[in-house]
Amino acid sequence: MKQLIPSLCLILVLMSFQTQPKKQVLIKPKTAVVTAAPAAGMKAVLLRGKAVYLQQCLACHQADGGGVAHLNAPLNGAAAVVGKDKEKLIRIVLKGMKGVDIDDESYNNTMAPHPELTDQQIADVLTYARNSWTNKASAVSAAEVKAVRAKIK
Amino acid sequence: MKKIIHCLSVTLAIISLSYLTAGASDSLKVTTPAGIVADADNAGLKLPNGFSALKVAENVGKSRHIVVTAQGDIYVKLDRVVNGKGVLRLHDSKGNGKADNITGLGNYGGTGITIKNGYLYASSNTEVFRYKLNAKNEVINLDAPEKIITGLGTGQHPSKSIVLDNENHIYVNQGAYSNSCQEQDRTLGSKGKMPCPVLNDAAGIWQYSADKLNQTQADGVRYGTGLRNVVGLDWNQQTNSLFVMQHGRDQLFQNWPEFFTEKQSAELPSECMYEIKKGANAGWPYIFYDHIQHKKILAPEYGGDGKKEGGKDAIDPVVAFPGHLAPDGLLFYTGSMFPAKYKNGAFIAFHGSWNRAPLPQEGYYVVFVPFKNGKPSGDSEVFANGFSGLAQVNSPGEAKHRPCGLAQGPDGSLYVSDDAKGTIYRIIYKGK
Ligand code: HEC
Repeated sequence: MKQLIPSLCLILVLMSFQTQPKKQVLIKPKTAVVTAAPAAGMKAVLLRGKAVYLQQCLACHQADGGGVAHLNAPLNGAAAVVGKDKEKLIRIVLKGMKGVDIDDESYNNTMAPHPELTDQQIADVLTYARNSWTNKASAVSAAEVKAVRAKIK
Repeated sequence: MKKIIHCLSVTLAIISLSYLTAGASDSLKVTTPAGIVADADNAGLKLPNGFSALKVAENVGKSRHIVVTAQGDIYVKLDRVVNGKGVLRLHDSKGNGKADNITGLGNYGGTGITIKNGYLYASSNTEVFRYKLNAKNEVINLDAPEKIITGLGTGQHPSKSIVLDNENHIYVNQGAYSNSCQEQDRTLGSKGKMPCPVLNDAAGIWQYSADKLNQTQADGVRYGTGLRNVVGLDWNQQTNSLFVMQHGRDQLFQNWPEFFTEKQSAELPSECMYEIKKGANAGWPYIFYDHIQHKKILAPEYGGDGKKEGGKDAIDPVVAFPGHLAPDGLLFYTGSMFPAKYKNGAFIAFHGSWNRAPLPQEGYYVVFVPFKNGKPSGDSEVFANGFSGLAQVNSPGEAKHRPCGLAQGPDGSLYVSDDAKGTIYRIIYKGK
């Protein structure tokens, strides 16, 4: 491997960067308030929810919603994610979560609170999580998020 | 210090080159293990020319660190207890390289395991135990371990990796219970605590006596600090010093999007090998190492912007690898089975990343770094690849196997453990 001088490595690193998908444009949580038209279809909600997921949740919960063993809980197939208790889900996003065993499994990482997300963004991302991978459950509305946020304050 | 750039995360071109060059110029007496036959598919691994591999055992449980006795038995530390046992002993009674007799001890999960001075040492995430061995390196009393260290803290980096020096000290990792010592862990824009209180009782390597019972952290010495989390570590017999692999911090982009792009956040900070002499400070959480700029960079939690330098009092890494590859095993190879260039060099088991999404994940391989006179000399190579069973890993859950622990057999074979499915690999060299 002597012939692989550092500069060659660097060039390869740069080349590999160019082959990667274009960087996503950052959505500034506070400014990107997406106003949902009342009749907006589920498809639009899921697209918006996916955008929030990619930016805020993907790193830990992964593209397949499978999480990371012992570190980050899975969202795909999780009883809490598709469950009836939407308030619990909204609280998790607003307040974060740490040190709670889920199905007898412990997760070492800390989920930070995400109060900077708008009511609509939280509604969208939870609706997305409840209707992606193998999950199928009812939507979460911005009004539901607003109500929980008011309780927490 | 001579800085070496390693760009393992890149193209297959590098990897295939390493196959061509590895093992090309050796004229060594080869201690061929009699009766040991490699699996037809080399256990699913891609190895340099002349090397082959077999699965010693499969599905034994999430296997963290491993150690091999002078008689060739393997002790495996399981992450979680399986059938009431947290340590397994794999024995090959037929001499064909396959474990056909598996027994267990210890009712605790954990990571660390090692053998020294007639004792087997093993750790849970909060305690360290030892067991007296007989002349055949078998545990004399399975049910009566001596508890040498107790009451250690856990948190998000709970593994208590262990290694001994030659003066009866044991070194124990105490990982940081935080990503980057923010006021609110892993939170967008949250500032770093000043000074960082985590450094007082974690984020370092503590040294204890290897034969005193019931020590607590207060009885130990903080031997090295500013180490966010160390899973792979080894005592280098040539330099007579401790070498560790640090897991660098996560989420530069997610928490500091104004300073870092997703791509930078995937590539940074470097995963670093450090030589730790007593009192050394590797700089976490105030700085991180950037192998592209070759600099210690001030962490954004402490006023950094990705360019400002910091850490005047912090040591430089010995080797720096791309971000998030998760080095979980480190082994300085002292055997004679492998070609000469491997002698005294470092094998590193990269568990594989999770924090590079949306870019593909990286790691899931064993790397070799050649050393001369206790210093790296020349470029590293991906030595064993193919653990994941995939050309590209997008989420860690997809990987079939994840390398974690490394051990050297009495004949110089290299053993690798897998903590996804519990496969134990043995890599041998028989020449061309
Ligand atoms: C820093 C990593 C991280 C990020 C980013 C993150 N989470 Fe989490 N999440 C976790 C961890 C770790 C847990 C489990 C915590 C525990 O067990 O106490 C978790 C748990 C959850 C749960 C509960 C799962 C269950 O089965 O009870 C939900 C729901 C959830 N996260 C949703 C989200 C959403 C939505 C986002 C993005 C807005 C997000 N998370 C971002 C790490 C993260």
